[in-house]
Amino acid sequence: MNSVSISTAAPAVRTFNVCRYYPMGGGIIRAVDGISLTIESGEFVALLGQSGSGESTLLNLLAGLDRPSSGSVLVQGRDLAKMSSEELAAYRRNDVGMVFQAFHLIPSMTITENVELPMRFAEVNRAERGQRVRESLEQVGLGKRLEHRPSELSGGEQQRVSLARALANRPSLLLADEPTGNLDSRTGEDILNLIRDLSISLGMTVVMVTHERALAERFAQRLVFLADGKLLSQEALA
Amino acid sequence: MKGYDLFELAVRNLRQSKLRNGLTTVGISVGVASLVAMLSLGVGLQQLATRRLAGSGMFDTVFVTSKQDFRGFDREEDQKTEHPENAPVLDEPARAKMTHLQYVTEVEPEIRVMGEIVSAGQTHFGFVTGLPMSARENEAFDNLQGKFFSGPSAEEVILLNDFAKEIDPKDPKGLIGQEVTLRYGERQALAPDAESAGRPQLSGTPAGGSNATSGDDFGFSVVRKTQKLKVVGIIEEEPYGGMRTVSRGRIFLPVDLTEKLNMAQFSDMRSSLRGGGGKTYMTLTVRVKDPGKVAQVQDAINKLGFRTFSVLDATKSLRRFFTVLDLFLGIFGSLALAVATLAIINTLVMAVLERRREIGVMKAIGASDGDVKRLFFAEAGALGFFGGVLGIALGFAIGKAINVGTGIYLHRHQLPAEAVWILPPWLIGAAIAFSIVVSLLAGLYPASRAAKLDPVQTLKYE
Repeated sequence: MNSVSISTAAPAVRTFNVCRYYPMGGGIIRAVDGISLTIESGEFVALLGQSGSGESTLLNLLAGLDRPSSGSVLVQGRDLAKMSSEELAAYRRNDVGMVFQAFHLIPSMTITENVELPMRFAEVNRAERGQRVRESLEQVGLGKRLEHRPSELSGGEQQRVSLARALANRPSLLLADEPTGNLDSRTGEDILNLIRDLSISLGMTVVMVTHERALAERFAQRLVFLADGKLLSQEALA
Repeated sequence: MKGYDLFELAVRNLRQSKLRNGLTTVGISVGVASLVAMLSLGVGLQQLATRRLAGSGMFDTVFVTSKQDFRGFDREEDQKTEHPENAPVLDEPARAKMTHLQYVTEVEPEIRVMGEIVSAGQTHFGFVTGLPMSARENEAFDNLQGKFFSGPSAEEVILLNDFAKEIDPKDPKGLIGQEVTLRYGERQALAPDAESAGRPQLSGTPAGGSNATSGDDFGFSVVRKTQKLKVVGIIEEEPYGGMRTVSRGRIFLPVDLTEKLNMAQFSDMRSSLRGGGGKTYMTLTVRVKDPGKVAQVQDAINKLGFRTFSVLDATKSLRRFFTVLDLFLGIFGSLALAVATLAIINTLVMAVLERRREIGVMKAIGASDGDVKRLFFAEAGALGFFGGVLGIALGFAIGKAINVGTGIYLHRHQLPAEAVWILPPWLIGAAIAFSIVVSLLAGLYPASRAAKLDPVQTLKYE
């Protein structure tokens, strides 16, 4: 594995010696242990590692869902560790889109309502919401299934809805936690194609957690290897 | 999150668990209905009592006497009056002044004299009293047989049923429309020359002094007179609940007619001693537009230098009693609502547990703790609102049933139906508002529990 030189010109994300420890049974779990990482704007980065190596925790820290025990997480120059919970919510609402392995769609809501939900929190007006829902669903190729419920869709389609929801508030950073984990390889490939295309067309930075190195190598621009909460190595791809 | 989005999401969330939320709403509605039924019963009973007491004509009336006359009801106040003999006299100018006071609708003397009715050659003794035209509103005239006086000076008479029976035991009602003769004593002033012209010789000197020119300065004599009267009506009960001087009569005349007939009254003895100034009244009854203004009018009359009495204090006690009654009814009514509150807490806590993952997702896609809290509050508020509306409808049905039941019971006892349950419009609004507030309070704990959920944990384990 080759280490890569990290550019310092306007990085999208930068972590400095970030740690996240959890107390457990009298001991401490070092889920993330002193990771310093810089991700450039528009870059597609894959976080790779064995299960439990801290990649999902790092993703949660980048998403502002969790706070570091020490160190700092800078996103577009703003330190997430110093933000109030309201500011973090606003950050998640406006700057980040998240895609999960289990899709995490709300089953009682239609596809339209699911995609509309983050816009409700962002107080986007009703007329614009309708337009953006259609746009986002068309971007992921689901323009004709607006009134279906998630249970009526295949896994791949659900992940597309999840992606459309993540795009609804036009974020600059897309965080994907094992987006292909619940999909067959062909569908997974389609989803990653979609993510890469959107990343290029929308100029979005993408950080993806995956255990599938082959897929990561095909779509990401850089691989970041983690083990035991530590950054093991990085590999830039052509 | 905007208000309408919040409301829309809350309602859609509630619709997800129709049975559970429906049962909770019914629980709240039973609580609200019980509260509404109890409080409306309190309001109804209070209005019934007030209506009854207002019907007695006591609560909108101020009784006025001169401080020169007998002791009033307030002995302390009497002791404060240093020279009662200099106090103003209750005469015609004083009556005129009172008539012009604000909120005063009527000032009438309390006239009650002895008289006799002559009918079919028989004489029947009874007290004659003068009634103002406003007496028509008195409940004693609700079941009036015949008619009320056609005018304040009409030569007409209304008889008490017992008295009518005395005149005609077989067909007392047959007296209506018939003419009877009233025999009474007329008060005639003595002129100075009359004193020396064969009238009983008076040993004293005229009290008014040598300059006095009014006939009354020399006293008066009582002359027997008769007056033809048409019987227009018969009443069963004494007017004003038998609580006033004019109630205790059996022969009722329009008050202006009794004044015109110049009937000799007991108070004339006092004025003959006082001398000068002409005709005076023993008691004037001042009718006030609204029972709430009685104190104000009483104060104004006191400032004119007269002694006054009203049963205002009795209404205060009545209000105090009903406030306490309402409080107790409210407490009993609230018990069901307190139980409903527990149901709301239970429902919402269950919803938080069931929707852990959903809450986590919402937070991950940008909902703040405040948004989550407000959403659960909105759900609690919506439960309260729907429960409140349903509760009002249920309470209304219960109240109607109470009124129907009471009506049947009263009818069986040959009594007129009374509305004992009255739902005032303010109570509708207040009950819904109260239901929402209680539900919001019940939502405090579940909402804060939902807001505190850690999205990382909820998304990890689901």
